[in-house]
Amino acid sequence: MAFRLRKKKDMPGGLWSKCPSCGKMIYAKELEQNLFVCPECTFHNTISARKRIEITADPGTFVEKFTELQPSDRLGFIDKIPYADKIAKAQEKTGNADACLAGSCRIAGHEVVLAVLDFTFMGGSMGEIVGEKVTRAVELAGERQVPVILFSASGGARMHEGAISLMQMAKTCGALKHFRDGGGFSISVMTNPTTGGVTASFASVCDLTVAEPNALIGFAGPRVIQNTIRQDLPEGFQRSEFLLAKGQVDLIVERSRMRERLGVLLGYAAQPQASFQG
Amino acid sequence: MAKKKKSAPVGPSALPFERPIEDVRSRLHELESLAQKTTHDLSEELAFYRQRLERLTQEIYADLSPWNRVQVARHPNRPLTSDYIQHLCQDWVELHGDGVFGDDQAMVTGFATIRGHKLLLVGHRKGRDTKDRLACNFGSAHPEGYRKALRKMRLAEHLGLPIVCLVNTPGAYPGVAAEERGQARAIAENIYEMFGLKVPIVVLVIGEGGSGGALGIGVGDRVGMMENAWYSVISPEGCASILWRSAEGKEAAADALHLTAPDLLKLGIIDKVVAEPVGGAHNQAEAAMEEVGQQIANWLDELAKIPLQELLRQRQEKFRRMAMAEESLQALFPPQTRAAESGTDPAEVDSVLEVDPARKLGLPKKPETH
Repeated sequence: MAFRLRKKKDMPGGLWSKCPSCGKMIYAKELEQNLFVCPECTFHNTISARKRIEITADPGTFVEKFTELQPSDRLGFIDKIPYADKIAKAQEKTGNADACLAGSCRIAGHEVVLAVLDFTFMGGSMGEIVGEKVTRAVELAGERQVPVILFSASGGARMHEGAISLMQMAKTCGALKHFRDGGGFSISVMTNPTTGGVTASFASVCDLTVAEPNALIGFAGPRVIQNTIRQDLPEGFQRSEFLLAKGQVDLIVERSRMRERLGVLLGYAAQPQASFQG
Repeated sequence: MAKKKKSAPVGPSALPFERPIEDVRSRLHELESLAQKTTHDLSEELAFYRQRLERLTQEIYADLSPWNRVQVARHPNRPLTSDYIQHLCQDWVELHGDGVFGDDQAMVTGFATIRGHKLLLVGHRKGRDTKDRLACNFGSAHPEGYRKALRKMRLAEHLGLPIVCLVNTPGAYPGVAAEERGQARAIAENIYEMFGLKVPIVVLVIGEGGSGGALGIGVGDRVGMMENAWYSVISPEGCASILWRSAEGKEAAADALHLTAPDLLKLGIIDKVVAEPVGGAHNQAEAAMEEVGQQIANWLDELAKIPLQELLRQRQEKFRRMAMAEESLQALFPPQTRAAESGTDPAEVDSVLEVDPARKLGLPKKPETH
């Protein structure tokens, strides 16, 4: 501990940061220029929803929607501190109402509706507001007859909302089913980490499942599995490449190429004969 | 002591809070055997103890804590899906396998006739004895279980048979093989596809409704819960180990999650609480199963009258509107009760829970479905 503390002291003003994967010290500016991908080991660091939108949407095209939706502590959930306090703290920390930002934008020139989960807000967990925003994003895409792109970074459903958060899995899947039946095209992009109720709902039922490299993706967390089976987990277990090999994702796309690749995918969905039937 | 045990056959599986009931029951049994041996008239005493047993059971069961209900939901003598099949279903034909990988024992599917209704039954299977329980992974299904359910549900759709799902799982299985075969995707696809199945779907949580594993066969036109079942996003133990950092917090977690049938009815998440006999379903299994059978038949009659397109629209809208409007919830869970339930000083909590009107959720008056 003492060693780590001193080491941190040597690094003034957050100029350097340590890569959580390879452990190398990276110059913060360089990391940012590299879209928060470690230049040494290509580890894709988790980024905020705002940052994600900034690097994914065509510059200046994002129009945020559904900002009127605010979370509330419906169950009066209290563990060590009241859930209402946790919401307030997370709002203060992130400047966002909840763990999802949604809106319309262009990606490589294609008009889309985008919803992005924010891991920095209570681990990107899905409660009523996240479920509602994802649902509304899908509905808006249906109205406008444009594709919807859903970026996930989430620990799963939010416990503090009990069965209400569980029902968001149904709500979002129902919306995507309705959208698809009307001819809609959807892309799910899973980023590190995407687990639990988010993986087990909207993130897994889009037309295409894209993953960022080396992202942790799964239903149960690795610790839960280890506690159940009491064995070491296989190398690379629940990582994007592992899922690709097991047939669970369609393709892996590096962050630096995400906008361009999404553009190509969207181009294939823009066939005139595949138009919405609404 | 040995004699006492012998005369109270349900004794060993009695739950801690049922001890007083068991004491009276065993005394009643003693008296009954005594009455057979003696010529004395003990009918007054017997009547007294019978009445006392009934009253005590009523009293204790009228005041169960959420954690107590979780214990009842897991009671070893509680009727399981296999019991419902045996007791309620005529012309039962079990249909095995997902057609691709395997035949998950934790999920059972088959044709059944319940009170004259031909239908497809889908249910989690827990197993009664140790061997069975192990084969069923204690009711935790693998992806092939969910895929088996979907495959059979599609068959039911093809044949125009309504679907009845009996939910009873601690959660989907968390293991290496389950992940490799896409546990999350299997559950997600079931939820997604169930919205489109062109036949009525009735869901009943008969014991444990553990998270995504439950919801994987849980999207229906009518969703009911037995009085002492639980249904939530996580088990109380799981929630406690994450938020309270110990399993000791399980009772507090059970309170906080509002996982009981009456609470979920208030929240608009289920349509009905199916009453259990006094003393829980394990106390009078047949009566409990009859009640469920009647509810299934009532709902199937009701749903058969709804035109198909309307049925699908209503199913979509039902889940689209979850949860319900803030104002009604404020009335159902006022700050005082919330504080009292959690055992914190009400004054302290009150201020925290005061919801700023601007922060209330603005759900649309009409759902934006097309």
